[in-house]
Amino acid sequence: MIKRADVVIIGGGVQGNSIAYNLAKRGQKNIVILEKDTCANGSSGRCGAGIRQQFGTEMNCILARDSIKIFEQLSEELDYDIEFNQKGYLILAYTEKEVSQFKKNIQLQQRLGIDSRLITPEEAREIVPPLNIKDVLAASYCPKDGNVNPMLTTFAYAEAAQSLGVKYYKFTEAQKIETENNRISAVLTNRGRIITNRVVNAAGGYAKEVGKMAGVEIPVYSQRHQILVTEPVTPLRESMLMSFSRNFYFQQLPNGSIVGGYGDPEHEKKGHDIGSSWQFASTMAKKMTRLIPVIKNVRLVRQWSGSYNMSPDSQPILGEHPGLKGYYMSVGFSGHGFMLAPVSGKMLAQCILEEEIELPIEKLDIGRFKRGELILEPSVV
Amino acid sequence: MDDNTIICRCEDVTWGEIRKQLDKGYTTLDEIKRITRAGMGPCQGKTCQRILLRAIARYLNKKVEDIPISTFRPPAKPIPLGTLAGEKDD
Repeated sequence: MIKRADVVIIGGGVQGNSIAYNLAKRGQKNIVILEKDTCANGSSGRCGAGIRQQFGTEMNCILARDSIKIFEQLSEELDYDIEFNQKGYLILAYTEKEVSQFKKNIQLQQRLGIDSRLITPEEAREIVPPLNIKDVLAASYCPKDGNVNPMLTTFAYAEAAQSLGVKYYKFTEAQKIETENNRISAVLTNRGRIITNRVVNAAGGYAKEVGKMAGVEIPVYSQRHQILVTEPVTPLRESMLMSFSRNFYFQQLPNGSIVGGYGDPEHEKKGHDIGSSWQFASTMAKKMTRLIPVIKNVRLVRQWSGSYNMSPDSQPILGEHPGLKGYYMSVGFSGHGFMLAPVSGKMLAQCILEEEIELPIEKLDIGRFKRGELILEPSVV
Repeated sequence: MDDNTIICRCEDVTWGEIRKQLDKGYTTLDEIKRITRAGMGPCQGKTCQRILLRAIARYLNKKVEDIPISTFRPPAKPIPLGTLAGEKDD
């Protein structure tokens, strides 16, 4: 294994690979990615594939907007078909409170150039004809949202990074991060020691542990989120269907299978358990068949789960640690890491290379929690 | 077995597609599954996993028992959403 590196990235998922690719594209040499298992084994390969811009904070909206711009041409850029599918997100409102929140969100989104709008239940049914609109008061719709294959995207970034010289070590686990005078000096792995001045924590569900390795306290925790997929069926509807108050998201992917899940922050286990429960499958099936009754004979094929890495305000933590020179973080995406990876990878690369950073990501530094500058994202499932 | 031999019948994955990934260095069942979808269809790899394990072992000159298998994920057999939701059959 290599003995010295200019940048060591811990975590070989979509964040780590996007950061590596964006660094290498800008001419950075001698980059190493450490992955304790194989590519996309963690949250990247377990996510629901959705990409959306309809958020409730300015920062998440800007990140998502610019990320989708990158996704639109990413298959071409990386020379790899990542199955980009821009069929829209339809977010249903069931309460008056939700309708007024959506109006606020849409005002913000439109100001930032996002093509979202409030539509009536009847208009929603025109977009997704088999939709049961009982109790639906309105919907927020953005035709430019959609889905991308998260596994292929991660491999596409990994291969593009490696073709630019990045070294990807699988089955290689970071175990300790050494520091000297508040500066990174080396990373110890199960396969040897790498001397380096720059480490990137892109460890997804294990972000907190990779913080502790360097003596850094990162205010995030991991929590299990379950998901399921059905057999492929003929296209019934194309948009993602989502609701915050009724708590679900599901959509049909290009191969015809329907993927979806819901959040259960009160009951789901915190930590690294990624098993599945029967109760989840049953509850999710109820939510799906109530909304689209015609899919009651479609069969569930598989269920699994992955970790959301939750930050206190459901926004990511990006950038260098103020007290430890050379320790960079791209963590705490709170369930939106895959969809933001194209833009966060680029921002991290600009930050590490001390270039001018395109977006105001200094607002997403770890210091915001001490300063009390939390801006809570209201639109999370 | 030639490049046109179908390994995963649910997802229509040929030996040629799998060999291409092995040549790239993706030698675990999980990596091959994530890229090609082999084993992700309705039978959940019940048909192809053994064939795939043997093919990987032969490619790597290893014993079949030395190739790690994929995680088993529920359910064992596909279940209609309506049944899961607790509806009675028509």
